[in-house]
Amino acid sequence: MGSKSFKVAGKVYTSVADSMPSFIANSNGAEGNTGQSSRVSNVGPHEQSIGFRGGAYNSTSLINQTMHPDLQFSSYEKLQGQNISQPNQVSNSDTSTEDPDDKIQSFDVDPSNPFMASGSNDKQKDKFPEQKTQRRLAQNREAARKSRLRKKAYVQQLENSRLKLTQLEQEVQRARKQGVVISNTGDQSQPNSGNGSLAFVAEYSRWLEEQSKHTSELRAAVTSHKSDSELRSLVENATTHFNDIFRLKKIAAKADVFHIIYGMWTSPAERCFLWIGGFRSSELLKLLVSHLEPLTEQQLASIDHLQQTSLQAEEALSQGMDALQQSLADTLARDAPVVPPGSSGMANYMGQMAMAMGKLGSLENFLRQADHLREKTLQQLHTILTTRQSARALLAINDYFSRLRALSTLWLARPQE
Amino acid sequence: MDRVKDLASKSAAVIFTKSTCCMCHSIKALFYDLGASPAVYEVDHDADMEWALRRLGRNPAFPAVFVGGKYVGSAKDVISLHVDGTLKQKLIEAKAIWF
Repeated sequence: MGSKSFKVAGKVYTSVADSMPSFIANSNGAEGNTGQSSRVSNVGPHEQSIGFRGGAYNSTSLINQTMHPDLQFSSYEKLQGQNISQPNQVSNSDTSTEDPDDKIQSFDVDPSNPFMASGSNDKQKDKFPEQKTQRRLAQNREAARKSRLRKKAYVQQLENSRLKLTQLEQEVQRARKQGVVISNTGDQSQPNSGNGSLAFVAEYSRWLEEQSKHTSELRAAVTSHKSDSELRSLVENATTHFNDIFRLKKIAAKADVFHIIYGMWTSPAERCFLWIGGFRSSELLKLLVSHLEPLTEQQLASIDHLQQTSLQAEEALSQGMDALQQSLADTLARDAPVVPPGSSGMANYMGQMAMAMGKLGSLENFLRQADHLREKTLQQLHTILTTRQSARALLAINDYFSRLRALSTLWLARPQE
Repeated sequence: MDRVKDLASKSAAVIFTKSTCCMCHSIKALFYDLGASPAVYEVDHDADMEWALRRLGRNPAFPAVFVGGKYVGSAKDVISLHVDGTLKQKLIEAKAIWF
């Protein structure tokens, strides 16, 4: 693992070579791990451990705990200096048989506390030169190895956190845009879709804000038991506003039908239920019945009938969409995969493309008819209901979609493992 | 136009279509689902009829739907009438369906 810079929560950290001492030497934020021995002597023990500022780093706390006050940094530095170019070991096996004159402070190394100086000194080393040295060195190596592994794990953790953070930032951004998804390729600047969809995103946000205003007004009126005539005008305003979305969608679809019809403007949870660019009115009616009670027998029957009617129309439109899909596939699959060279081949290809273009063009009509069905169905519902029931219906519809949007926001912001 | 009117009056429910039009497919499906058996005429190869139907003013002009010999409109009109129950009523009156 070489030295590299990465960002965690906006701060730049530089990972250093594997050996623990090098880490310590460079942990005050220096770049790279090359001979920085001169720095070490200027740095106190605690500063040495701040390398990963704010990071929960086991080895850091380990260093804190095990940094023995007796440990001479100058001699430590020397030890360090020998290891810079051989980043694998605390004590270098190549120099393990170094001369006793070496000022390295000898210490018994406990594998879990590699830097603990336990008071051994040069004299002891002289008594059992080879054996003890070898044992010590082996223990050092072991300790260093473990430290490296710990550090590796930690850095890996940091990398993952960084990725997670970037993801989270993106998702928050997305959620702020009412859950409108920006494609992963990041290519929102395509010629057609760019302008059309961006404009619609703004319009839709505005619509949502106004929608919530209308809803609040309506809710206040319902709970304060306003008169029917007052309620009626509020209901009419709210309905007019609700229908405005269909007009906005129609305009946006001219610029980019795919963005609208495939629900890129909706929140993810709403998109679960997507049918030709929006909700299914038959489903909405099913959900509303429980919120509108008490209903008369006549009303129940009428609503049931309306639901069936809507469903019929939905099925018909769905069949048309299927036919469109099939036809498009047939058109594009018609000729042999390899267009024969020559002008006639090219003419076929162009003809094929022209036909396919025409078919795509009809998507806009399907969206329009689907929205028309939604608008008409809701309009028909209001003729069945009393004013007060209409108000409650509008509130229920709004609450339902608000919850779907809230769910989407939560979903997008969820912690991911 | 005469030919159009002629054909339109021959059957209780008549739909003029174009082969490339998938919405026509939807409206046909709706009529079948209602139990009506509409007479379907493809006007791809009849420029006069196509032109006559376009002159009726709807955009898109197809499908062009007639019930009981009278022009109902295109897909949008059919959906409107279907939702408020008028379509079924007209079909019953024209004896395209009985209930």
